[in-house]
Amino acid sequence: MTQFDDTVMLHAQGLSKHFVLHNQGGVKIDVFEKVEFTARQGECVILAGPSGSGKSTLLRSLYANYKPQAGSIYVRHGEAWVDLCAARPFQIMEVRRDTLGYVSQFLRVIPRVATLDLVSEPLIGQGLTEEAARKRAETILARLRIPEALWSLPPSTFSGGEQQRVNIAMTFVQDYPILLLDEPTASLDKDNRETVIALINEAKGRGAAIIGIFHDAEVRAAVGTRSYDVTEARQAA
Amino acid sequence: MTAAPAFRMPDPLLQVRGLTHRYGPHIGCRDVSFDLYPGEVLGIVGESGSGKTTLLKCVSGQMEPTEGSVEYETRDAGLIDLFRMSEARRRLLMRTDWGIVYQNPRDGLRMRVSAGANVGERLMAIGDRHYGHIRSEAVDWLERVEMDIGRIDDMPHTFSGGMQQRLQIARNLVTKPRLVFMDEPTSGLDVSVQARLLDLVRGLVRTLGIACVIVTHDLGVVRLLSHRLMVMKGGNVVESGLTDQVLDDPQHPYTQLLVSSILPV
Repeated sequence: MTQFDDTVMLHAQGLSKHFVLHNQGGVKIDVFEKVEFTARQGECVILAGPSGSGKSTLLRSLYANYKPQAGSIYVRHGEAWVDLCAARPFQIMEVRRDTLGYVSQFLRVIPRVATLDLVSEPLIGQGLTEEAARKRAETILARLRIPEALWSLPPSTFSGGEQQRVNIAMTFVQDYPILLLDEPTASLDKDNRETVIALINEAKGRGAAIIGIFHDAEVRAAVGTRSYDVTEARQAA
Repeated sequence: MTAAPAFRMPDPLLQVRGLTHRYGPHIGCRDVSFDLYPGEVLGIVGESGSGKTTLLKCVSGQMEPTEGSVEYETRDAGLIDLFRMSEARRRLLMRTDWGIVYQNPRDGLRMRVSAGANVGERLMAIGDRHYGHIRSEAVDWLERVEMDIGRIDDMPHTFSGGMQQRLQIARNLVTKPRLVFMDEPTSGLDVSVQARLLDLVRGLVRTLGIACVIVTHDLGVVRLLSHRLMVMKGGNVVESGLTDQVLDDPQHPYTQLLVSSILPV
């Protein structure tokens, strides 16, 4: 296996993904082939390419939410390396709990659970006391301007922008070593966009590796270290 | 990288290998293998007749499979094959370390003894003889499953379906099992009652760290509760993996059909 230096946090190699729609005549949709890239400590890699080029599919694959047909995704998990394409579900759950944070485009949460509980639960799962977890959850919710009156409610009735901020809070409440961000600023106003930019740059500052999709050129300029063009991998396909 | 320490894996609680069950010439389930880890929730989905209940009965010791092995990590003697241990030992295991929540509460409750006795009985089965202690544990568990303590001396047949199901859960969890099997635990209930019961089960499983095998035809239930999913069709496991991966990127034609058949609300 390849030898990685100390700054490498995630390395994907030979990663290929297509979809076969068995119930629609077995149509095969190629998305990418033999993707290879590395994310290092303290950098933000921007996935570039036009809409429909497979950026989100790649990001979901890196979270093991989608299953690539070939290749490896090596993730630095504490002292160990885990290949998400070969790991067992039990291992992936642990990597997601401690190492890999993911902000999806749309909030999908357990129904009927209060916002504050949604945000603090992962911390309790990591061993924090309920009180300490609650305090951190309150801090991040306040910072993302979720009105305190909403904290005790489930977010299903919130506005699009509020839901997106809850989504961001659920991930940024924890100091994940690796962050995957799928358009985290898409439906935010200017002030909240600034907050998210600050959160991302703080995460970079503490050494997190970030891989993200950002439509807004301003945000890209504010957080990006370099970009990776997904269409390169598509042309190769 | 080769020098990096290997990923630390705990010992599995349940190890199923090559499990096949036939009903005469008919196949119940075929060549099923899986490991279940402490605290892990495994969902088994599939249509009626797919073999999921047969599989559950075999791995929970209620029915001996035609072929294959089911090994359980006992507290004192490590992995032991369920069907090679004595009947007495297996029954003790089922009463203490395990819980089984049936679809129909009548199968899991004693209908002619009070709610409190239904819960207390499991404690007595593991040797608790102190009435005051048994009573207070029963009260505690009835509260934890959000039942009205004023009805502790009532018979289960006077309860609604949702209350009976909560009582069944309390009865199972009072001995602090490490592993609970559930067969369609919510399917006989109204949607709103179902939702409350799911919240309850989710909270208990999470805070107590119980491993769980849940059989259901409801993909919403497994999305909410299970970490891992097995999809069955015609007695075979056609796909398995992380729950969100199987539901969001199904590979097998049958799983794709199943996922695409959910009616949006």
